[in-house]
Amino acid sequence: MNITVRLFATFRFGRFASATRQYPPQTRISEIIRELQIPDTEISMIMLNGRHADPEQCLCEGDSIALFPVVAGG
Amino acid sequence: MNKILRVNMTTLTTGTEAVPKEWAALGGRALTSTIVAKEVIPTCHPLGENNKLIFAPGLLSGTTAVNSGRLSAGAKSPLTGTIKESNAGGLAAQMFGRLRIKALIIEGLPKGNAWYSLHVSNNGVTIAEEKELIGKGNFAVVEALENRIGKKVGVITIGPAGEMKMLSANISVKDVDSKLRSHGRGGLGAVMGSKRIKFISIDDSGAPGIKPVDPEKFTASARIFAKAIMEHPGTGQGLPTFGTAEMVNLVNEAGGLPTRNFSLGRYEGHEKISGETLRETMIERGGNPSHGCQPGCIIKCSQVYVDKKGKYITSGFEYETIEILGANAGLGNLDQIAVADSIMDDIGVDSIETSIAIGVAMEAGVLPFDDGEGVLRLLREDIGKGTPLGRIIGSGAGHVGKVFGVTRVPVVKNQAIPAYDPRAIKGIGITYATSTMGADHTMGYAVATNLMGVGGGIVDPLKKDGQVELSRHLQIVTVMLDSIGLCLFIGFPAADIPTCVPALVDMLNACFGFELTPEWIGGLGVNTLKTERAFNLAAGFTNKDDRLPEFFREPLPPHNAVWDFTDEEIDEFWNF
Ligand code: SF4
Repeated sequence: MNITVRLFATFRFGRFASATRQYPPQTRISEIIRELQIPDTEISMIMLNGRHADPEQCLCEGDSIALFPVVAGG
Repeated sequence: MNKILRVNMTTLTTGTEAVPKEWAALGGRALTSTIVAKEVIPTCHPLGENNKLIFAPGLLSGTTAVNSGRLSAGAKSPLTGTIKESNAGGLAAQMFGRLRIKALIIEGLPKGNAWYSLHVSNNGVTIAEEKELIGKGNFAVVEALENRIGKKVGVITIGPAGEMKMLSANISVKDVDSKLRSHGRGGLGAVMGSKRIKFISIDDSGAPGIKPVDPEKFTASARIFAKAIMEHPGTGQGLPTFGTAEMVNLVNEAGGLPTRNFSLGRYEGHEKISGETLRETMIERGGNPSHGCQPGCIIKCSQVYVDKKGKYITSGFEYETIEILGANAGLGNLDQIAVADSIMDDIGVDSIETSIAIGVAMEAGVLPFDDGEGVLRLLREDIGKGTPLGRIIGSGAGHVGKVFGVTRVPVVKNQAIPAYDPRAIKGIGITYATSTMGADHTMGYAVATNLMGVGGGIVDPLKKDGQVELSRHLQIVTVMLDSIGLCLFIGFPAADIPTCVPALVDMLNACFGFELTPEWIGGLGVNTLKTERAFNLAAGFTNKDDRLPEFFREPLPPHNAVWDFTDEEIDEFWNF
């Protein structure tokens, strides 16, 4: 299935900003995070189609995930 | 700190007073709010002779504690009619601290049309008539004073907007590079203008400095505090690398990025104005993506933005300004936003209030959304010169809405709602509604917990559950940050790194010989919030003013989120 993966801030360093990639059905968000070698502790926000998601959630064809490290605004 | 300076502009006299005992452990916001509540008549006209303008450094400002040099300014706000505290970085707080000045209180109004300046030094404060710099922008004031008094002079100044008593006028403070930081919110520049003070210069030569009572304990706890800041990924990595503009993509993804005057929650051009793009642009052009506004800053959230030729445009280029002009006014162009930021610094207006007011003016058809050149012209030619249109926009978003008959006007207590839509990030909506200062994200920054889980896990931004408690907790803790003189960002390690808050309390005790416990923080927060609210109630505000505008009941794409709190649910906030 096609999944769009979008990375932000430091997660882009040495990786990519946005890519649509092929994954087997039933892939979990956590598997993609592992594949990208992003340490769990660095992730502050996982969005699946614009809503907060659990890393153990399974993905469906056409889903879009976004991964953010901790950033700060004010 | 051992003295209070008092200036009476009616009699043009000054004096020095001892610090009352009950004010000894107060600083920054806790002190300005205490003084306003005690000395200012709540129903007074904010620009009349009974209002007072108070400056107070944070408790630790002037010590070697990192990130502790913020200055609080307090008064009754001409924009909101409420009590107001607005704090800023730059050099002044550290200079006040070293001079052992606990507060500078300015009262009364001069008769006649003369303008004045104040000079603060180790000998106290003096008043002088000022002619040369009247009508000048803030950058020119700083430059002229460095020539007149010396490169090291500290400066607190108002631009033409403050002289014209515009309700969006800010007060600017010289920073480490002779640029500006601002007491942005609430129109305090108009209060300074009403007292006909163009600037305050500060000379800290011969200052006694602050010598901690227990220097070893102070140094040890200051080290633990600094370590906690560096350990937190937000303050140790995120802010120094991307600045606050990193929030653009994150808030966009969450569907809460105010776009075209709060009509949409996502902006199609978000990448063009993102922290990532800002950083790349600065590296490419030879700007500086990681810069501190004062000595002792180890976070360095600020940056120096330069144009294509490498020429300085602006620094302290914040998420708020970038988002509100970029997406909410639709400019989508960092170069134009940077120029706008620099003009707003120079003429002396709050970049949040002014940018939101421009969004409302765009909705009214005064100029089209996306019209960057139009925005620059409006700032330079209208607001900066005080044309009738400039005065309307310079009166803030609420007034623009009234004058042009717009109903989508994002204000609470007449102060503009900043760059997070409260429908999609509900915790910050409770802060906007209940803050004693009008809409202000810095009063209880629930965004961090709603979106990133700072402080023990995500509180779902789209649901009502837990938001009132979250905002209350944050508003109480924020009083502590605002009173010690700390940047708001210290809220991140304070929430997540267990050694941070005890180290702060240890530093205060070691520095001043206090016997504070961590519970002191809660007490300070609760007392200060209640003092501020009592002032507002006495000024005529009620719980009905703790409400968001009606249009937030309309669904916000992409989540079609609505503001669905009942009055009773919001009023629960004050149940403590
Ligand atoms: S973190 Fe930002 S606001 Fe705070 S002192 Fe550093 S540059 Fe100034």
